[in-house]
Amino acid sequence: MEKENLVEILRQHPFLHQLPDDHMQLLVGCAMNVRFHDGERLVTEGQLANKFFLIRSGRVALEAEFSGRGNIRIQTVGAGEVLGWSWLISPFRWHFSGVAVTDVRAISLDGECLRNKCETDKGFGYEMLKRFATVMERRLDATRLQLFDIYGMTNIGVGS
Amino acid sequence: MHIVEVEKLNHLFKTLQSKGYTTIGPKVRDGAIGLDALQSAADLPQHYTDEQAPGSYTLHKNGHKAFFNFVVGPQSWKKFLYEPRTRLFSARKNGKSFEVIPDKNGEGKRYAFIGVRPCELQAIAIHDKVFHTGEYVDDRYQKIRDNIFLVAINCTNPGGNCFCVSVKSGPAATQGYDLVLTEVATDEKHHFLIESGSPAGEEILRDMPHRDATQDEIDCAKRMLDSAAKNMGKSLDVSNIGQKLNDNFEHAHWDDVAKRCLSCTNCTMVCPTCFCSTVEDVTDLTGEHAERWRRWDSCFTSDFTKIAGGNTRMSTRTRYRQWLMHKFAHWQEQFGTLGCVGCGRCITWCPAGIDITREAARITDTGVPITTLEG
Amino acid sequence: MSEGNLQTVATDAMIPHPVTVRKVIWENDDTFTLTLDVNGVPDGFSFLPGQFNMLYVYGVGEAAISISSDPTKKATLEHTIHRVGTITTALSNKKRGDVIGIRGPFGSSWPLDVAQGKDVCIVTGGIGLAPLRPVIYSLLKQREEYGRIIILYGGRSPLDLLYRVELERWEDEKNVEVLVTVDRGDSSWKGHIGVVTSLFSYIKLDTQNTVAYVCGPEIMMKYTIDELERRGLGPDQVFLSMERNMKCAVGFCGHCQYGPTFICKDGPVFPLPRIRSLFDRKEL
Repeated sequence: MEKENLVEILRQHPFLHQLPDDHMQLLVGCAMNVRFHDGERLVTEGQLANKFFLIRSGRVALEAEFSGRGNIRIQTVGAGEVLGWSWLISPFRWHFSGVAVTDVRAISLDGECLRNKCETDKGFGYEMLKRFATVMERRLDATRLQLFDIYGMTNIGVGS
Repeated sequence: MHIVEVEKLNHLFKTLQSKGYTTIGPKVRDGAIGLDALQSAADLPQHYTDEQAPGSYTLHKNGHKAFFNFVVGPQSWKKFLYEPRTRLFSARKNGKSFEVIPDKNGEGKRYAFIGVRPCELQAIAIHDKVFHTGEYVDDRYQKIRDNIFLVAINCTNPGGNCFCVSVKSGPAATQGYDLVLTEVATDEKHHFLIESGSPAGEEILRDMPHRDATQDEIDCAKRMLDSAAKNMGKSLDVSNIGQKLNDNFEHAHWDDVAKRCLSCTNCTMVCPTCFCSTVEDVTDLTGEHAERWRRWDSCFTSDFTKIAGGNTRMSTRTRYRQWLMHKFAHWQEQFGTLGCVGCGRCITWCPAGIDITREAARITDTGVPITTLEG
Repeated sequence: MSEGNLQTVATDAMIPHPVTVRKVIWENDDTFTLTLDVNGVPDGFSFLPGQFNMLYVYGVGEAAISISSDPTKKATLEHTIHRVGTITTALSNKKRGDVIGIRGPFGSSWPLDVAQGKDVCIVTGGIGLAPLRPVIYSLLKQREEYGRIIILYGGRSPLDLLYRVELERWEDEKNVEVLVTVDRGDSSWKGHIGVVTSLFSYIKLDTQNTVAYVCGPEIMMKYTIDELERRGLGPDQVFLSMERNMKCAVGFCGHCQYGPTFICKDGPVFPLPRIRSLFDRKEL
């Protein structure tokens, strides 16, 4: 795919909303357009995390293997969202597996390539960190809410 | 304005009884002034005076000739208008089905309340807003309420925990009575100033021996009431109190009260305006007969706010806060009036001597509102 | 069922009226839908979406349960009930032909008039879908009166979801989007996993022209309100349904007080501005 096309696609992704042009140029050099079929694995728990994905369409389930309980799906990531930040944090290993549960179109970004650019251009690095921090914060919030097991314990909307 | 001489007071009882009323009034009971059926004026606690302080009540027989020389006791008129236990209905099993038989609560009850203090008139007016004039009318309350006759007695000798002046409910009754009395018992004279406040009151008065009051007699009673207004045992600044309490929702003093409060529910039981209730469903041993009872409840009990998912008020701190804020803040929004009439019962009958006027003042007097930090 | 009883119901809101159980359907392991025959009530049973009834089990007690059926079908009444305590367990043991008592309907309703000509966004979790089902029926009955209908629904697990057949049917309706998410899925679940608020990422709200109806656990509603505010929906475009302990349903017993409001008669459905300031008050 042409670099210009890729920039256009990247611009449309909410994660990169209003990213300055120079940063976009740095990013696009590490980007690649990818597709996965329903059931295909994007990342695997325990393996080296050397990339992340901007999901354009479809849905990816994050699952962890619990011995004796099979795979437990704890979250899905869909269009407009980001999959993976382990590429940013040492020791760069996936903590979950990501499995496509529909056909998925995404942009894959090379972790090592990006880490090098972040180290070299601290402004770009900070911009990336801010965006990931927002994603992490929102996801942590959601996970907290999930932890409450709210539907399990309560009767609501007048229904005791 | 009229005068009924003290020896004619019993005519009030006789006249009301002749109209089919059960006469109810203050009566000494278990060392306190209770409310009970009275046969005649002789059943009134003449010569008695009470002494009230936070967590303390004493009744003395001191020889004073007055009939009403005490203030409110632990009971209030709500025990007649809104009974502590009421059967809402009975049900009889009928195969897979059942038949509901509504109770005849209140039917045929005709009460004349004699000796209702101005603060208590206010309490009755408040309960009217809860049970009688709102969106829903409580059938049981209505049946009793529509047939009562109210004889008020103005307060010339307020008690140690009284603060009716602060909440504008006394010491003189201004409305809501059929007849109102002011007892004048000095060395020289002993009589009642009497005034009617309704056609029914007018009718009873007509049947009683009375004469017109002189200007001197009217002035004398007025002086006594003016003086009573200046002799309140307690006071509370209720200006803008709802807002002030809302601003201090997380005030540290709530914790202070919570340390002393025993959650015993006494304050809510003696309060003449507290109206919370719960229901109990019972069946007999055969299961052929079931009943549903309503009984007084208190927002201090641990299961008051229990729902399937948990309990929305977990601590004494939050329960006391609910009670006090309901009286002074929420009540105004709900019913357009304060929920407190300044009778002081909750102060007297609190085993820990918690004083609502003091606690409310502490919480509302802070210059800077204290709110919790975001967690 | 005698005429006398019907008369009593009309004059005294505290007296239950016997009705016959027609059907019991289990929605999941601990939630069931009770269909009641209200043919005996003259002109059928009228209610507004969002209102609730007090259901009485002979000799056991009463529970406040929201009505979950189609308001235009007046001969039957449905209540979807989570089995959690003594009364709801007693209700769950009822079979076809058994008789229970009913008082109601009580409380405020979801204001459909404010949604006329607008998009409707329904955000709900767990059994919170039950009091909103009458809304969905009403909206679909007069489809041309409203814009898009977006239903965001969160459940504990795929097996816990209510009204699964209907959810699929609603999704097939024109201009209706149904997004379902669960807290935990297994390998067979291809849908969303995560909290209900995460579904907002996948829809586009016409924020100026949308009315939101929210019902679920309080914490879920809190997060939802934050999300709606963040997306620019004005507070007067948001309505929610609250729950508190209830004994009487008519404002006498005091149990359901939520600040200055009585959930039973001022609610359970509130416009957000009415209770926004109460929402952040813990143990109010």
